[in-house]
Amino acid sequence: MRQAAKKIRGKGSVSATTVTIDARGVHYKELNRHIRSLAVEGGERFEVVNVFGQRFFGTNLWGVENRNNIRILVRGTPGSDLGAFMDGPEIEVRGNVQDATGNTMNSGRIIIHGNAGDVLGYGMRGGEIFVRGNVGYRVGIHMKEYRDMVPTIVIGGTTQDFFGEYMAGGRVIVLNRFFSECSESRQSFFIGTGMHGGSIFVRGEVNPERLGAEVGVEEPDVEEYGLIRHFVDSYCRHFDVREAEARILREDRFYRLCAKSARPYGKLYAY
Amino acid sequence: MLTSLLPEFSVHRDEDRCIQCRVCERQCSFDVFSYDAEDNVMVHREENCVGCQRCAVLCPTNALSIRINEYSYKPNWNWTREYIQDLKKQAETGGVVLTGMGDDKPHKIYWDHILINASQVTNPSIDPLREPMELRTFLGRKPDKLEIEDGVLSSNEYPNVVLSTPIMFAAMSYGAISYNCFYSLARAAFESGTLFNTGEGGWPQEMRKFGSATIVQCASGRFGIDLEYLNDAAAVEIKIGQGAKPGIGGHLPGEKVSEHISQTRMIPAGSDAISPAPHHDIYSIEDLQMLVHALKEATDYRKPILVKISAVHNAPAIASGMVRAGADIIVIDGLRGGTGAAPKILRDNVGIPIELALAAVDTRLRTEGIRNRASLVISGGLRNSSDIFKAIALGADAVYIGTSALIAMGCTMCQKCYTGKCAWGITTQDPYLTKRVNPEIGTANLKNLLRAWSLELKELLGCGGINSIESLRGNRLQLRGIGLENWELETLGIRGAGQ
Repeated sequence: MRQAAKKIRGKGSVSATTVTIDARGVHYKELNRHIRSLAVEGGERFEVVNVFGQRFFGTNLWGVENRNNIRILVRGTPGSDLGAFMDGPEIEVRGNVQDATGNTMNSGRIIIHGNAGDVLGYGMRGGEIFVRGNVGYRVGIHMKEYRDMVPTIVIGGTTQDFFGEYMAGGRVIVLNRFFSECSESRQSFFIGTGMHGGSIFVRGEVNPERLGAEVGVEEPDVEEYGLIRHFVDSYCRHFDVREAEARILREDRFYRLCAKSARPYGKLYAY
Repeated sequence: MLTSLLPEFSVHRDEDRCIQCRVCERQCSFDVFSYDAEDNVMVHREENCVGCQRCAVLCPTNALSIRINEYSYKPNWNWTREYIQDLKKQAETGGVVLTGMGDDKPHKIYWDHILINASQVTNPSIDPLREPMELRTFLGRKPDKLEIEDGVLSSNEYPNVVLSTPIMFAAMSYGAISYNCFYSLARAAFESGTLFNTGEGGWPQEMRKFGSATIVQCASGRFGIDLEYLNDAAAVEIKIGQGAKPGIGGHLPGEKVSEHISQTRMIPAGSDAISPAPHHDIYSIEDLQMLVHALKEATDYRKPILVKISAVHNAPAIASGMVRAGADIIVIDGLRGGTGAAPKILRDNVGIPIELALAAVDTRLRTEGIRNRASLVISGGLRNSSDIFKAIALGADAVYIGTSALIAMGCTMCQKCYTGKCAWGITTQDPYLTKRVNPEIGTANLKNLLRAWSLELKELLGCGGINSIESLRGNRLQLRGIGLENWELETLGIRGAGQ
């Protein structure tokens, strides 16, 4: 690590150089501080290799001037809370991620080439997360939006139970690829319980028995289909989806799951 | 709506004094009064009266008195009027009975069963007016041992916050209380050298100048949280639970989410602000450790992280886990802790008294040898400086006051916070009502309260021959119990009076 730091200081334009950092055996605190110190000096491109369980990638870049231009490529398996509270950077993971990825994330982008664990995008307020494969339980809970900040999650595979609970805003697009791999568990139970805002776009059929009581099912309108296609295109670009399949994903039918009411719990109380 | 309830209060007007000025009508936000022009008299709808006393206090001729309605059901120890009325409300609506403020039931108040020692002859008492008396308090993790290099104490590597007095303002969100009250708390804390807590309602930009006096909250709804919010504050609190409603979430109804509140919470105006019951990224101590450290990463290890739970049966074991999860300050909120809105059935039945929880948690952390790893802050219905003194002697480092602070700004404890119609302008967002708290006066009253209680704390310390609050912490020999059973004395870790 120290060597990498020296090397980058010697160059004229640090921002254009990709700095490779070997994370083997390095504690997350040290690793993240190192990335931060390089970023403060103007470093923008990082490739972190041999990642094995280190947490909180991208969390500590508050106050770094060029944080919106920072790109971190992670090779290996990062630990939980990747991109927690993150504001600006892009993190691409060549591997799977653990739990709570994009926790309370504010802006930026996370691209995951494998699968993601539980609680992806909890309380997410902005930015984008693309997962090539499947995701775990409790994904997209309490996502919210405000004005032009609308968080988006695109999931290539399927989700597990309690998906989109308490969702207050934002959008999640579920492509349900790899159908045969997932067989019956293609759709989770208890989708969108307590949902009071935002949209979940699901490709393929939706089983109403699996939805929370507060969830309605609609046909997306033209504008929403435009949105879906925009994000499907991004997904296909990030993960090099073959043109034949990309065309199917673009043209397939989607359903929109949405809140029946913005006030699901308005009538619970006596006077 | 036709209701079968008896009015809770009766309005008595001395017609000889009344000048029909209609102040009562304008001041009452619950529509009790109206003016009958034909007969030139004020008429009352007593069933709407909540007993907040706003009208009685502001009546220029003292013509009004608001009294508990003496007409009641046949007295019955089991079926009290409150239980009968609540049941009838539920039969009419099928809904949960809401309330505001803390538990008002006659559970034992242990503070009133604890007495304080004083020095006589053998250890002289100290006059705080003549001699220095130290109330300064440091909150945060302390090192396991002191290291001295070349005769100099090496610095504490853990971030601490410094308070001029061990009293902070408890979490009350902008949304639960009005902007003027929220602002008054922030400014009073800033000018008095202590901290206030934003609660989970975000933090208006223009108040960031009080950052060094601000604890921001990260609760299950994650409202208004971004890196700027976390880094502008002096400390960050993870709220797991609240004494008034342990184990349940929060719900700010859409009609209270005004344009400005929508900005600070970062949600659309008019939409419900729902905080889930748990943090869905915390299902274990290991998960808590993850969020604690995520917040430390986000703030570059420069700020102490607080974790707040309500006082429940297993609080000592949970507190031990919280400390091991990396919390720098743990907060325990007791049975009598207040709220802007909670189901009454929870408020009055769930949790344990803070006195017992505090003593048990402090004992547990000492026994495990980890007491230095976190400061201990308690809250939940502290009414005066002697409650605070006793809390510190039982082992607390500092306290939060919420209800007391509201009373300092005008609250009369009518418990109608949840209606959003607070006639004293505190727990409301109605601009006509919120003007009733002038932030200059609110700030001044809060500063006065802190000053008065700090002076009293010094007097209490002095009479016990102690000149620093540090020497009182966990000094249970300063306390004796009266009217307590053996198990209670044992839990509190104090002896009985005369022993």
